[in-house]
Amino acid sequence: MQDNNTGTIVGVNGNMLTVEFDTFVTQNEVAYAITGEERLKCEVIRIRGKLADLQVFEETGGLKVGDKVEFTDELLSVELGPGLLTRVFDGLQNPLNDLAEISGFFLQRGLYLPALDYEAEWEFTPMVEVGAKVSAGDYLGYVMEGIFKHYTMAPFKLKEEWEVTEITAAGKYKIADKMALLKSRKGEEITVTMVQNWPVKIPISTYKEKILPQKPLITQQRTIDTFFPVAVGGTFCTPGPFGAGKTVLQHALSQYAEADVVVVAACGERAGEVVEILREFPELEDPRTGRTLMERSIIICNTSSMPVAAREASVYTAVTLCEYYRQMGLNTLLLADSTSRWAQALREMSGRLEEIPGEEAFPAYLESVIAAFYERAGLVKLNSGELGSVTIGGAVSPAGGNFEEPVTQATLKVVGAFLGLSRERSDARRFPAIHPLDSWSHYPSIVDDESIAKARQCLSRGSEVNQMMKVIGEEGTNIDDFIIYLKSEFLDYVYLQQNTFDDVDGATSEERQQYVFAKVISILDAKFKFTDKEKTRRYFLELRQIFINWNYAAQESNEFKELEAAIDAKMKEGTDA
Amino acid sequence: MRKVYHRIIQIAGNVITVEADNVAYNDLAEVSSSLGTSLAQVIRLDNNKVHLQVFAGSRGISTGDEVRFLGYPMQVSSSENLLGRVFSGNGVPRDNRAEIKDDMIAIGGPSVNPARRIIPKNMIRTGIPMIDLFNTLVESQKLPIFSIAGEPYNALLARIALQAEVDVIILGGMGLKYDDYLFFRNTLDEAGALSRTVMFIHTAADPVVECMLVPDMALAVAESYALKGKRVLVLLSDMTNFADAMKEIAITMEQIPSNRGYPGDLYSQLASRYEKAVDFDDAGSITVLAATTMPGDDVTHPIPDNTGYITEGQFYLRNGRIEPFGSLSRLKQQVNADTRSDHRVIMDTMIRLYADFKETLEKQSMGFQMSSWDSKLLKYGDLFEARMMDLSVNIPLEEALDLGWTTLAECFDQTETGIKSDLLEEYWPK
Repeated sequence: MQDNNTGTIVGVNGNMLTVEFDTFVTQNEVAYAITGEERLKCEVIRIRGKLADLQVFEETGGLKVGDKVEFTDELLSVELGPGLLTRVFDGLQNPLNDLAEISGFFLQRGLYLPALDYEAEWEFTPMVEVGAKVSAGDYLGYVMEGIFKHYTMAPFKLKEEWEVTEITAAGKYKIADKMALLKSRKGEEITVTMVQNWPVKIPISTYKEKILPQKPLITQQRTIDTFFPVAVGGTFCTPGPFGAGKTVLQHALSQYAEADVVVVAACGERAGEVVEILREFPELEDPRTGRTLMERSIIICNTSSMPVAAREASVYTAVTLCEYYRQMGLNTLLLADSTSRWAQALREMSGRLEEIPGEEAFPAYLESVIAAFYERAGLVKLNSGELGSVTIGGAVSPAGGNFEEPVTQATLKVVGAFLGLSRERSDARRFPAIHPLDSWSHYPSIVDDESIAKARQCLSRGSEVNQMMKVIGEEGTNIDDFIIYLKSEFLDYVYLQQNTFDDVDGATSEERQQYVFAKVISILDAKFKFTDKEKTRRYFLELRQIFINWNYAAQESNEFKELEAAIDAKMKEGTDA
Repeated sequence: MRKVYHRIIQIAGNVITVEADNVAYNDLAEVSSSLGTSLAQVIRLDNNKVHLQVFAGSRGISTGDEVRFLGYPMQVSSSENLLGRVFSGNGVPRDNRAEIKDDMIAIGGPSVNPARRIIPKNMIRTGIPMIDLFNTLVESQKLPIFSIAGEPYNALLARIALQAEVDVIILGGMGLKYDDYLFFRNTLDEAGALSRTVMFIHTAADPVVECMLVPDMALAVAESYALKGKRVLVLLSDMTNFADAMKEIAITMEQIPSNRGYPGDLYSQLASRYEKAVDFDDAGSITVLAATTMPGDDVTHPIPDNTGYITEGQFYLRNGRIEPFGSLSRLKQQVNADTRSDHRVIMDTMIRLYADFKETLEKQSMGFQMSSWDSKLLKYGDLFEARMMDLSVNIPLEEALDLGWTTLAECFDQTETGIKSDLLEEYWPK
């Protein structure tokens, strides 16, 4: 391989360049197009004869035929090392706060900065001795990043066993300092620092085995944990039309989900929404650790007006960061909002490449790309024997709110849980608008299957009665059916609906969900002896009101006990009547 | 002096192709034909073939005509002298006054760094209860009015512009009927607001390519004013024409269409315009209000659908009224806690009761029995429509809140409203 591999631009079409190259190029390698003082980052996406097609991660205005392109011979990669947490990156891992210090209000084209702080010092503790045999991903030492042990690992790219020939003593070091020297059997040497690079489109796979995800990832959202659970290391998607509350739900998950590290990928969505996270997370406390939420978060922010090609890269950047922290035995959660924008970025590029289009002009490889992405989730047993996981939740924004479109369909094939948001529910202001009859999950719930089956039966029967009542009116409905309908509405109001903006109701712990759900089931089971519909309606309204107040009461408070007693009394009143 | 090229090798739609060297992507050129001189922009480079979209259209261009490259991309003046003036989509004055060539800036500039954005916090008062009370407009918001042809969306835009407390109004007209342009001009003139207005007007009779420039011109000027500390309101009417113009060019360029003929990058194109709405930390702000007519009143049509995913809510204008359902201001939570303590409660209660009224109407039309509660709702619904939804109502927020309490008291007793007792104590009319 030689340096200074270059080419010249022969065509510009939107953010795609056609480049004639001199010697050789590698598929997916990074290149820079040079215009005046600016160096614009690109990626090779197709090679034909002496011509390579490159997607540019920037606006292409001002580029000319004949301009020079430099190839780097490296795939698009991210920097992995201590200090990633709390940071805000764009899709190519440029730190946005540092960019702002240089270029002010606007993002300057061609300005790239290191993702990590190379000046900061970390207290390093070695974990191996000279002579030890290590392979890719083995721990050599650690630094404390917030509350986590951030391990310095043998580079993921190593093959076979290497011997530690030098290891740095405990002390303060910068991330680019030499931490260890490894030697292979063939005598090659490699210097290990706290930082390593990894190409984003290739999964990190230095672990023993993948394990079936079975343990629920508690999100503190009642509808999810009880009815449509997500497993640690599992995958889920939240499709929904605009205004159905996708983003509010994603925010709630990013706040309340019981994961160690949360990576939020704002991919082609509104900048305003990310700003809320950026400004609020440093203020909000993570109840599990007592630290701010920001200290467990990384935000990848490639909003809708930022360059499209970088949007495509942003989800890969995000999942690679998750995999990196997984290697340290942590449970990570990736929330991508929205994967449809990522798919659209693929579509734009496919169109420019003049590929034969599939459905709705999405490329034919859409399904396999989406499947490969979600497959990067998983619960794994690491070399150390510890478990680590990547859980992926993707928001989907189907065109026209129609779930039949290609991105939703391709996603549904590969995820373990489907939380479908419905316009019907959001119009009725029933939040979260997860549709209780259409959604599904393959993962085990936090309550027993029998109760769940009972509750779902109640919901579907209630919905049938409601449909019937629209035709024959309340007068024509018999009282037993009417009570089933009221029970299903009750379940909806007191359990499925949850006010994210309330401190207590917004997050319901696992124990509390189990406790409250048992109470709900006892009401669904109860035989009420009503004969008058108006009285029945009133009774359920009153019961509902007490129950909702109960949801708003903190679990240890006196109010909680009083309201529970009130619910029991009310139930007695109804069953004795 | 730059080189002049004479070899136009292809003319298709509004796109011409010329053989030339050393031309930069996005740069401008002047095309001189027997019908006059027009600007054109480079939209594709392919070896020595340069594809240009001609702003004035390709009609009358001959293969022997001159193409002269200017060596810079599309620009617009950001001078204060723009105020009170009217321009066409490509920046040429339409008001028979002098051209303005100072402080030229490029259009379609880079995106704002998300890390430098702030959470918006200032309400924009419009005097329209359906907006102020129920879906508060917030400074730096981007909001479309979803409507159909024939609805008074332009009148609504003009009215909001006049009543909003902003420093500068920038109107971007795309495919406007000439009458509508005159309407905007006269309305702003009568209100004495013309001197703080800049207009970029593309009328339905103008060449379609110019339509595509309008949002970028308007927003580039808005951005430069906002950076100087001005609070700018940008009105764009009608974004559907903008998207249709994009479709036309995309088809001419033989791009593979994605959905109903629209190009695959429709979302990104719309987003890069709407996302210009911003509140700067220590400077001004840009608020964007756009009219989007829904073809066939279909909100799932690609234009309103993509728009809805980009903007921070939407107003539905139907039968001359802003619909209470479906209309949404995603930013209202940022401001309506600090207006008056009863704002959120009145907002929720009145909408909930109006929804009940709609249900009762349905029951009534099916011939079911009307209870006493139903007749209360029927009375309430009529009052709500007359006092709150009618667009001729023009009262400040506080008065609208008071009117809300009066209306509730006229129709219901206290418990029926379901409002918390401390608020009832404070506000219920005695």
